[in-house]
Amino acid sequence: MSTTTEPPRPPGEPVPGRPEPEPIKAVPVRYPGRWIVAAILLVLAGMLVNMLVTNDAFDWPFMLDNMFTEPVLVGVRTTLILTVLCMAIGILLGIIAAVMRLSGNPILVAMAWLYTWFFRAVPRLVLCVVFGNLGILYSHLEFGLPFDNYWMPWLGFDGDARFFSVPMNDLLTAFMAAFLALALSEGAYMAEIVRAGLLSVDKGQTEAAQALGMSRGKVLRRITLPQALRVIVPPSGNETIALLKDTSLVSAIPLTTELFFQLQAVGNRTFNLFPMLVAACLWYLAITSLLMVGQYFLERSFTKGDRQAQTGVKAMQSKAGA
Amino acid sequence: MSENASTVPDDHVTATTDDRMVVAENVHKTFGRLRVLRGIDLEVHRGDVMCVVGPSGSGKSTFLRCVNHLEKLTAGRLWVNGELMGYRQRRGKLYELHETQVAAQRRGIGMVFQNFNLFPHMSVLGNVIEAPVQVKRERRQEARERALALLDRVGLADKSASYPRQLSGGQQQRVAIARALAMRPELMLFDEPTSALDPELVGEVLDVMRDLAREGMTMLVVTHEMGFAREVGDTLVFMDEGVVVESGPPREVLTNPRHERTQAFLSKVL
Ligand SMILES: Nc1ncnc2c1ncn2[C@@H]1O[C@H](COP(=O)(O)OP(=O)(O)O)[C@@H](O)[C@H]1O
Ligand SMILES: [Mg+2]
Repeated sequence: MSTTTEPPRPPGEPVPGRPEPEPIKAVPVRYPGRWIVAAILLVLAGMLVNMLVTNDAFDWPFMLDNMFTEPVLVGVRTTLILTVLCMAIGILLGIIAAVMRLSGNPILVAMAWLYTWFFRAVPRLVLCVVFGNLGILYSHLEFGLPFDNYWMPWLGFDGDARFFSVPMNDLLTAFMAAFLALALSEGAYMAEIVRAGLLSVDKGQTEAAQALGMSRGKVLRRITLPQALRVIVPPSGNETIALLKDTSLVSAIPLTTELFFQLQAVGNRTFNLFPMLVAACLWYLAITSLLMVGQYFLERSFTKGDRQAQTGVKAMQSKAGA
Repeated sequence: MSENASTVPDDHVTATTDDRMVVAENVHKTFGRLRVLRGIDLEVHRGDVMCVVGPSGSGKSTFLRCVNHLEKLTAGRLWVNGELMGYRQRRGKLYELHETQVAAQRRGIGMVFQNFNLFPHMSVLGNVIEAPVQVKRERRQEARERALALLDRVGLADKSASYPRQLSGGQQQRVAIARALAMRPELMLFDEPTSALDPELVGEVLDVMRDLAREGMTMLVVTHEMGFAREVGDTLVFMDEGVVVESGPPREVLTNPRHERTQAFLSKVL
């Protein structure tokens, strides 16, 4: 094969009067170890497939019958809504907390520090249970969220949040508790990520923008934050995936419309638990893979300037070579 | 504002007919215990080019940054275009200006940095129209046309769609100059604009600056390019250890330095 391929042309003109050298022909180094490892892995894979097919505990037909039922699909929806909602609010909280941390205002710095400290220190499972039981602190809340009677049903959830004397149990639905616990916790993690991102932007950028007469808010929105996104986006993808998986914790509140709870419930009811656990794995794998595809394209779009610079360099090089 | 309107505010001591663009009066700046500027007095007249030279660490950059209030003075006063930078002065008492007011003061002052500091996430055109659109609220179309004219002026009309990283250092610095000019500044500050450039790229940036000076722009230039200072500068200032050691017409200072420290410095760089 290699004997028929052309040797790569060296750049520039060949030196006149000097013959082109013979391309190197050598016997490549052999790696017998690779073949041995591959053979072992092949055997192991065969054993795995064999087990998956022959072990009755998997009960594949039963799993397929039960992993797309109505309650399970509602569970998938709840899990997805919770992930997206908590991540969105988490990013917002994270940006606010990070900007507060970097503001230089001692009060804001202390508040942001306290917030990240608390919500990163307490495990999410504990947070979920605590928020589920906040009703013990106050039986009624004296203020509420505006227009809840419109948007709560619109989002498809029960309960309302009226002004004055709202029973805590009504306000703090299981979904609300789950939302608060996860969003606040996510915000604390995102705060650190956003802060690292903002710190990664060269100080000269801020100075150049200030020298042009931009206010601090404008510098943040137009100059530092967009550049920080390149550092923020990759770990945020991981955060989203971690949050998706942590939504399985909210069954402890208990928020029972969540995916894992539903699958487990089917398993418990039918005394055929293991296939439903496999179904849970498959569902989370599927959703996570989907998120990873999204992450890939998001990261690509945030390194646009780099890639264009690279293609520009390539164009220049090819021009120089021509 | 609601005070007696007839009171002439102290921070406008210089009349608008004053031909002094920059007035520095006993400017001091300390970082912790490090005294970087120790009493700088100087004046830059409208349309003049003042070149500042001096050894590394003598406080040249710090002084330039004080001019547009990127650094707060520790003591002294500094006026640009008749306005006291960073403060309001009423009956001898100083009031700090709000951040947005300082930002407004900076709009009339362009600054060019040693390492360009172009915005890497924006195209060349985006860099130039950013401040006019975002700060001055100019219409995008107008800003675009003016930006293209400015890019043409610095010889980069064909690069408007490129990103900074695709350009050579000299091209980036010329974009940075166009970006500063887009705000129609009355004063331009240059902090060693050619020090980060390969030698063969220095000339193209100096050419743009030379044109700018010829068109009457007031310029304060920290540089090590003695040829440029001699040819374009109206005044040459030699700074060392936070003070102005010597200043005067460039030819005079360069050929006939009076101070030992100036002589020592010039013997090293010339
Ligand atoms: N933000 C700062 N904090 C502490 N020291 C600084 C800061 N900026 C500058 N300096 C110090 O001030 C001195 C003068 O710096 P600079 O104005 O950059 O000098 P030059 O531009 O003449 O080389 C240097 O010793 C430098 O380390
Ligand atoms: Mg300097």
